[in-house]
Amino acid sequence: MDLGPYLFLASLEGAVTAAVLALTAVGLSLVFGVMRVVNVAHGEFFMLGAVLAWWVASLAGGHPAIGFALAVLVAPVIAGAIAAAADFIVLKRLDYDPENTIVATIGILYIIQQTVLMTYGPDARPVEAPFSYRIYFPWFGYSAYKLFVIAAAVAILLGVWAIMARTRIGLVLRATQLDRETAQAFGIPVERVYALVFGLGAGLAALAAVLIVPIQQAHYLMGGDPLLLSFIVVIIGGLGSLSGTVVAAIIIGMSDGIISVFFTPTLAKIIATLLVAFILVFRPTGLFGTRSA
Amino acid sequence: MLDVSNILVAYGEAPVLHGISLAVNAGEILCLMGRNGAGKTTTMKAIMGLLPLSAGSVHLDGEDISALPPHEVPKRGIGYIPQGRRLFSELTVAENLEIGLMVRGGGKKVRDRVLDIFPRLRERLGQRAETLSGGEQQMLATARALCIEPKLLLLDEPTEGLQPSMIDQIRQVIVEMKMQGVAILLVEQRVDAVLSIADRVAFIENGRNRDIVDAATLRKNHALLTRYVGV
Ligand SMILES: Nc1ncnc2c1ncn2[C@@H]1O[C@H](COP(=O)(O)OP(=O)(O)OP(=O)(O)O)[C@@H](O)[C@H]1O
Ligand SMILES: [Mg+2]
Repeated sequence: MDLGPYLFLASLEGAVTAAVLALTAVGLSLVFGVMRVVNVAHGEFFMLGAVLAWWVASLAGGHPAIGFALAVLVAPVIAGAIAAAADFIVLKRLDYDPENTIVATIGILYIIQQTVLMTYGPDARPVEAPFSYRIYFPWFGYSAYKLFVIAAAVAILLGVWAIMARTRIGLVLRATQLDRETAQAFGIPVERVYALVFGLGAGLAALAAVLIVPIQQAHYLMGGDPLLLSFIVVIIGGLGSLSGTVVAAIIIGMSDGIISVFFTPTLAKIIATLLVAFILVFRPTGLFGTRSA
Repeated sequence: MLDVSNILVAYGEAPVLHGISLAVNAGEILCLMGRNGAGKTTTMKAIMGLLPLSAGSVHLDGEDISALPPHEVPKRGIGYIPQGRRLFSELTVAENLEIGLMVRGGGKKVRDRVLDIFPRLRERLGQRAETLSGGEQQMLATARALCIEPKLLLLDEPTEGLQPSMIDQIRQVIVEMKMQGVAILLVEQRVDAVLSIADRVAFIENGRNRDIVDAATLRKNHALLTRYVGV
């Protein structure tokens, strides 16, 4: 294959990575932005999404599209509800103290991971893609499902943007992010907003995982990589800036995909981590951040 | 209307208010005076339910609002104009007003009435609050509180850093609200402003109540002012 088509293939792979990463990282960014909580358990909500997707799909039976559609609806809701409960039971009691919540979310990470190990087991299990067409370019065939993942992520991100920018809920979230105390003085139930945001962040991670699980398989340790990459993306994008997060996810996801195809995935992670180190040194607020956190 | 009785407030271990009591009636302007750090802002936050009370209570029209969750307090009809304005900086003027309107479900009529009081804001609805001038920001902070259609207004140093014409406009709004029967608790450092609009003045010192006197008395006798605020 010539370089041109090869690069095209690499870009497609990169776009899939970027799409899933953007969804996951936006969830992390939303939680940090509004609540100032660094959610170390974020990757586990991603993993929960994948495992729940397998569970729902295997219960559903019939055509794979039925199980997948159910998983898209059910898995993020369950993961989000678990997160909202964790917020209510644990984080609220810590008064959202920035340091204590880091320790607490590490605890939540292990609780979720070990519970899944004990119930779901150590195996990696596949979920069948809802459809298995291939699209034939002049040089190679490519999974139509992967293209669907990209389109779905774009649609979901547009949806998140519309909610944040155009709805009352979004207005309430932004006001709470800007000034929690004054928000309360204007009738905003900050505690409920926090539970909602924590659930929403986890739900986005879970949704990203449902999209990726037909490509990647569900496994109880699969939360590590998305957590690391999401952190990288959120830092590069500027803590709490949603648009910055999306741009950074595209940069990191695309380069990860391209470098992985031409060289090795490990080199891609090394470069991304180096990039973060440089940004922390030269531009601590991130590429698009305005305030220091 | 507002009845604050013997409230104790502490930040963590450090007590700041050691039993403050005051009452404001409908259509009355009560001015709270005291030196920097006396506890004026803390008193207002305590009334809003933003700080937990170690003792005492706050009643509004007979209802114990200190027992409510903080976000329920403004829904009882309390408009708060915090010290330093505390606008939602990245939100537009329209969005800041929307937050105020949402408190008690105020509609377009309320919004129009508020914007009629501050026509300058109507020209700047799409502008981000942080880019407004200081005077415009104070208008917006006031307008946001009026969107609640309050029966009680808490104003914490609304004239801080404003030029005379702007101060005059804010004062007119306060007087207008008083005429409409709104109860007003005002923190103000500038003695002339206090004496010209207050009905009564409550002095606080180191988190404790001192004298509460009629403004008329104070106009004749400046001794208390010298004693509590050093002018
Ligand atoms: N968040 C806080 N944590 C700890 N102490 C605080 C906090 N906020 C205020 N204080 C302290 O409480 C006391 C009263 O503060 P407050 O802001 O109520 O004073 P004030 O009368 O409004 O003063 P000013 O005229 O300067 O606005 C001060 O000694 C202040 O240092
Ligand atoms: Mg003050």
